[in-house]
Amino acid sequence: MHRMTRTSGSAVDVRGLRVVRGSTTALDGVDVRVAEGAITGLLGPSGSGKTTLIRSILGVQVTAAGSVTVLGHPAGSGALRREVGYVTQAPSVYPDLTVAENLRYFARVLGVPDVRADVERVLDVVDLHEQRRQLTATLSGGQASRVNLAAALLGTPHLVVLDEPTVGLDPVLRDSLWGTFSEIAATGTAVLVSSHVMDEAVRCDHLILLRAGRVLARGTPAELLIRTGTDSAEQAFLALVRQGHDTGGRDGPRPDRDGPAS
Amino acid sequence: MIPTAARVLRQLRHDPRTIAMILVVPCVLLTLLWWIYDGGPIFTSIGPALLALFPMIIMFLITSIATLRERRSGTLERLLTLPLSKISFLGGYALAFGLMATVQALLASALMLGPLGLELEGPWALLVLIAVLDSILGVALGLFVSAFANTEFQAVQFMPAIVLPQVLLCGLLVPREDLPRFLEVVSNVLPLSYAVDAMNEVARSTDPDLTLPLIVLGVFIVGMLALGAATLRRRTP
Repeated sequence: MHRMTRTSGSAVDVRGLRVVRGSTTALDGVDVRVAEGAITGLLGPSGSGKTTLIRSILGVQVTAAGSVTVLGHPAGSGALRREVGYVTQAPSVYPDLTVAENLRYFARVLGVPDVRADVERVLDVVDLHEQRRQLTATLSGGQASRVNLAAALLGTPHLVVLDEPTVGLDPVLRDSLWGTFSEIAATGTAVLVSSHVMDEAVRCDHLILLRAGRVLARGTPAELLIRTGTDSAEQAFLALVRQGHDTGGRDGPRPDRDGPAS
Repeated sequence: MIPTAARVLRQLRHDPRTIAMILVVPCVLLTLLWWIYDGGPIFTSIGPALLALFPMIIMFLITSIATLRERRSGTLERLLTLPLSKISFLGGYALAFGLMATVQALLASALMLGPLGLELEGPWALLVLIAVLDSILGVALGLFVSAFANTEFQAVQFMPAIVLPQVLLCGLLVPREDLPRFLEVVSNVLPLSYAVDAMNEVARSTDPDLTLPLIVLGVFIVGMLALGAATLRRRTP
């Protein structure tokens, strides 16, 4: 393992990332760090580049420039395939398999030593024991997204990346999922969650606000509220858009702060 | 490869109607043709070729739809972020559908040699072997073309586009050597022609020489699976 070489405390280190999709620049000079043992929220409106950034971190996105380092390896390296859990935006599980069959398959592909025990463990985490024998196609939307989450928690991921996991879920379920994310982070795992619901910002330890393919701001939720003099994440985001630039990060000067974002 | 094959078979197990259709439809169609020709000499002469057609057509369709679903539902993207090699993914499909095809070939050839009274000079096990190889060829072609389909509508259209010309030129309608010269050359480079040649050889010869057709089928299967693997990109734009 090359864990020693990575920036201490950072599970993900993205520098100067530029992604071009078709005729549009989806990400332009993005610098992002994701801390270990904490929840980092990736917030921004639809089309701001959240999914593109997540796909770049997973190593499934063709990038034009910049570097993406995950757990000390270039994103997408073979070494990372057992280390990173990926929760896609739409549930990417097999609708024509039962919950347990889905999880057993992904556990076998991961090469988990004790498949049965590991499936039991993740079923516990997402509270789906009762539905284990049910076909995934017959689950409710919320249950299906929890199967999707459970699949990403199999094995021992050191980084879990979730792309809008709470979209379309009811408030109770959303609350319980955020509780789950906190528990995962408490074990030392880095958690990166994207959302376009600004209210969810308060559940994160760190925030990255993305807009039009650039980082608009970063910091803890409290810092962003103080910096913008607002009392909600949504207000803070709007204030930052109006200012047109990040008024101060903690990591020194950044290329994405040079010009107005709009 | 084994986990993926087991998973594909489990998906099929939850879909008994598809299993029934894979196994029953070829038998019904063979019986229908036997009835049309009243079990006469024409049926005897095209019977072996028919045994080569059905496995390939059915497996081609099932595979191209199944892999298209994997590509579109995001499960393929998830799998490609996991420690699963492309070859195990494709091989898993080939293995699972190859097993289904074996059962299908056993049923169809038992029907042909038993109730439908097809006379066979060579060993029937070879008939089953060719049918299985043929179905794996269908799997390999289906895996490959699914990369070029963005929708189920397009995937289904590949059947008439890729498979039907092979059916028309494989010697079923007109013996290959009697085709116009150009078409004969074309039929010489299509894999189904060799599967049909092999079936006919087994039907007519007590000691069939299958070296050439088996090599050609093997090369096509490996080649198509390799091309299919090349279309599975871990990184996409």
